[in-house]
Amino acid sequence: MAKAYTPGLLVTRHKKHRCIRRLPIEGDVKVAVGDRVVADDIVAETALPGDVNPINLSNMMSLPPKDVIDCMLKKEGDLIALDEPLAQSKGMFGMFRTIVHSRYEGTVETVSPVTGQVIIRGAPLPVQVRAYMGGEVVAVREHEGCEIEADVAYVQGIFGVGGETHGRIVMACDSHEQELTPDCISEDMTDAVIIGGARMTVAAIKKAQSVGAAAIISGGIDDQDLKNLLGYDLGVAITGREDLGITVIVTEGFGDIAMADRTFAMLKDYVGQDASVNGATQIRAGVMRPELIIPLAQVPADTHDRDSETGELAIGRTLRVIRDPWFGMIGEVSALPAEPHVLGSGSKARVLEVKFPSGETAIVPRANVELIWE
Amino acid sequence: MSQIDPEQIKVILATDCGSTTTKAILIEYIDGEYRQTQRGEAPTTVEKPFANVTAGVLNSVSEIGELAGRRLVDDDGHIISPATDSEGCDIYISTSSAGGGLQMMVAGVIAEMTAASAKRAALGAGSIVMDVIAANDGRRPHDQIQRIRDLRPDMILISGGTDGGTTDKVVQIAELVAPAKPQPRFGSSYEMPIIYAGNKEARDAISSVFNEEGFDLQIVDNLRPVLERENLGPARDKIHDIFLEHVMAQAPGYEQLMDWTGAPIMPTPGAVGDILQTVARLQGINVVGVDIGGATTDVFSVFDETFNRTVSANLGMSYSISNVCAEATMPNVLRWVPFDMDERELRNHVKNKMIRPTTIPQTREALMFEQAVAREALRLAYKQHKEFATTLKGVQQQRTVGDTFSQQTGGMTIVDNMKLNLLVASGGVLSHAPRMHQTAMLLIDAFEPEGVTMLAKDSIFMMPHLGVLASVHPKAAEQVFERDCLVYLGTCVCAKGTPKPGKICFKYELSGDCTESGEIGGGELKLIEMGMDDRATITLTPARGIDLGAGPGKKLEREVRGGTVGLILDGRGRPLVLPEDRAACQKTVQGWLDSLDVYAEEKEPVAV
Repeated sequence: MAKAYTPGLLVTRHKKHRCIRRLPIEGDVKVAVGDRVVADDIVAETALPGDVNPINLSNMMSLPPKDVIDCMLKKEGDLIALDEPLAQSKGMFGMFRTIVHSRYEGTVETVSPVTGQVIIRGAPLPVQVRAYMGGEVVAVREHEGCEIEADVAYVQGIFGVGGETHGRIVMACDSHEQELTPDCISEDMTDAVIIGGARMTVAAIKKAQSVGAAAIISGGIDDQDLKNLLGYDLGVAITGREDLGITVIVTEGFGDIAMADRTFAMLKDYVGQDASVNGATQIRAGVMRPELIIPLAQVPADTHDRDSETGELAIGRTLRVIRDPWFGMIGEVSALPAEPHVLGSGSKARVLEVKFPSGETAIVPRANVELIWE
Repeated sequence: MSQIDPEQIKVILATDCGSTTTKAILIEYIDGEYRQTQRGEAPTTVEKPFANVTAGVLNSVSEIGELAGRRLVDDDGHIISPATDSEGCDIYISTSSAGGGLQMMVAGVIAEMTAASAKRAALGAGSIVMDVIAANDGRRPHDQIQRIRDLRPDMILISGGTDGGTTDKVVQIAELVAPAKPQPRFGSSYEMPIIYAGNKEARDAISSVFNEEGFDLQIVDNLRPVLERENLGPARDKIHDIFLEHVMAQAPGYEQLMDWTGAPIMPTPGAVGDILQTVARLQGINVVGVDIGGATTDVFSVFDETFNRTVSANLGMSYSISNVCAEATMPNVLRWVPFDMDERELRNHVKNKMIRPTTIPQTREALMFEQAVAREALRLAYKQHKEFATTLKGVQQQRTVGDTFSQQTGGMTIVDNMKLNLLVASGGVLSHAPRMHQTAMLLIDAFEPEGVTMLAKDSIFMMPHLGVLASVHPKAAEQVFERDCLVYLGTCVCAKGTPKPGKICFKYELSGDCTESGEIGGGELKLIEMGMDDRATITLTPARGIDLGAGPGKKLEREVRGGTVGLILDGRGRPLVLPEDRAACQKTVQGWLDSLDVYAEEKEPVAV
């Protein structure tokens, strides 16, 4: 029988982390290999072609399309200002001329003799890519971007909303099982990355928004609260572009669920340090989970890079059950039967036996657990 | 790719490279007929660390080789061909949907006419249609341009105008696409393929619009040369060519894979559509097929030889389960569940399934809830399909006095459940249901077939393999489809109309391998055991106003066959109506589930 692998979310006090910073189209890279950067540094920039605005002069001047070009006051490539005359009809005997003023500012890109349509291209749109994470530039991709590497402590969340941000870590809850409510949030949490415990309420998130916090992270959230926060029911887990003014990450899942004790304890050790946070989640092929990255000034002596480890299931490994009827419970693998097992649903699937801290054991499909990295 | 004489093909190896799994099957010529003999599967290896699709292919093929005792891969890692008595295959073929499949944007002049035809061509070729841009789609030009800029399609199909008609509108659409400079999904050096399949008089103007760097314009025959007729073949063939030459070539390992195959690699859904069309044509029947996945649901139909395919992009059972609940609404999902569930908890469960899509239901209650969601996903996907699969819009019709009271306009759906002969299910929630009775019940509740309809499921998701096989060896494809691909669940007989509860809906009399007669009351469901090889003649006498295929109240005689479930007699009426009161609804649904023994203990459960 082949070895069984089960994915788990990575939570580690040390890993060498590399992030790729890339422009959407070619542009200028502002850093060189060996440069040290901080999260807010601009590492690359470019200008996207401006907005395209069509004007149908043929319709507006009641002219056949092929005659439009003779009425143009501006040629292809000319700059044009808002309300500046763009075209003028010949009128009758030089009288009754119609002048069309430009509704847009930009450059005349094309004049079509087939449709009588003029395309005005707006000013280029500047795009800047920031470092996002403090570290060293280890590679530069010409005209495209760069790669930044650092020794970091790293927490992978299960779901998030909102994009990249950074701030100092503050603890809002005393334990990993404490619900994150508005009274846990204080006015001095501006620009902070707030760490909660168990379920966070929508009222707490809104309080954090109002004090100007950068991000809020806790064990769980109710779906109804997420709906209230976003203003719509999220259909598919493709997020990161929400304009909430705050990034929200849950580390465990939806419902009343506490943050893993180990994650909470680790984050508590880094209070006051700067953390980079991204809520972007994409649960499709090429899965992307939200993350919290804490660049380390010093590499801990007794840790090693976690990326080299596998997700192999073995007796004694710690795991979390991620589906009912034991959703959220943490235990240890106590047996790995090779033969498929008949479930209560009537299906037959490969299972494992898990032993909970209470001493109770349960048979769970292997598909319904995820490893917790020790 | 050399031409192979179909008569010489005795061993066929086929793979389907899916997003997560590569599935291989072996087909052999045994005792005068083609049979599927072995199957194997392995994780798809498009992504790192392998980044070469052929690794997954060889793994799945090696598994088959071990099972069959036939060496299929040589020491250099190549598929052995041609076949000898103990090793190799005569032809290797493949489909692919790895890396998200084929993604297209289409544009046309009028949304309901040329743009709809362009969408049909793209969907029929097996593509996901990301958006349809049309002059009358209600968006302002700069919004359309912004949308084109935001999308990253593999290629763009532009249509518009009938041959010889005005050219300016289609050129205007092209003038929106060109300055938007759409970026392709793969590689910055990749030139965006543009297929122009519109008014032939506008070809020169279109060529000059796209005569700049970054575009690869391909011109084919107009897909709507006259309003009364579609000509989707040339556009569809060109989509397949570009899929192979450009899109596939960008994916890691595909160039090598293309060297191995004896027929062009096809997009997976395109191949499924091909096999369903082949079967419908050869058997002279109307077919509906459905493939419900984690993210999307594909519906295929062939009615009177007209093929349609739709992809419901966000109706699925894991990645999109939350969207199904949002679109269908939770009360509509819960009406299929015969017990109380806490809505807050349920909402959280749905979201947890969305963010951890690979989990499976462990309890019966969880399974019943997922199957309730599946009913709604299928119902919505079929509704979308019916709205899309229509007669051509914009066709002028001559009317006579006789048409005064039966005016039909263009754009009527061609999907007619009463004319449907075969309903085929595939996709995890249908194929892996612990009991086939559950699959049958899901299909009947969601699709609401009328009259006499055969139900079947794709045993091991073999339809893609057979679709591409149909292009080189239709006979082998049809034989395997009939004998090994389909698992017949049985036949359902469903009354159309509004039967009165407690009154007779229809009478039935069976003769042949099964002999029985009786009555079905309004609102009643009944299961009659008929085995896989059982055939019978059924005589049906419907009550007044009830239609079973011959017209309201008219007697009907039909041949029916059994299956793993049997013969299902459905007196619930169409459209299917459930009680609005929650308690009454639970009682009714529980009664239906009991009638068909849907959740009874199974001695041999299905592995998931």
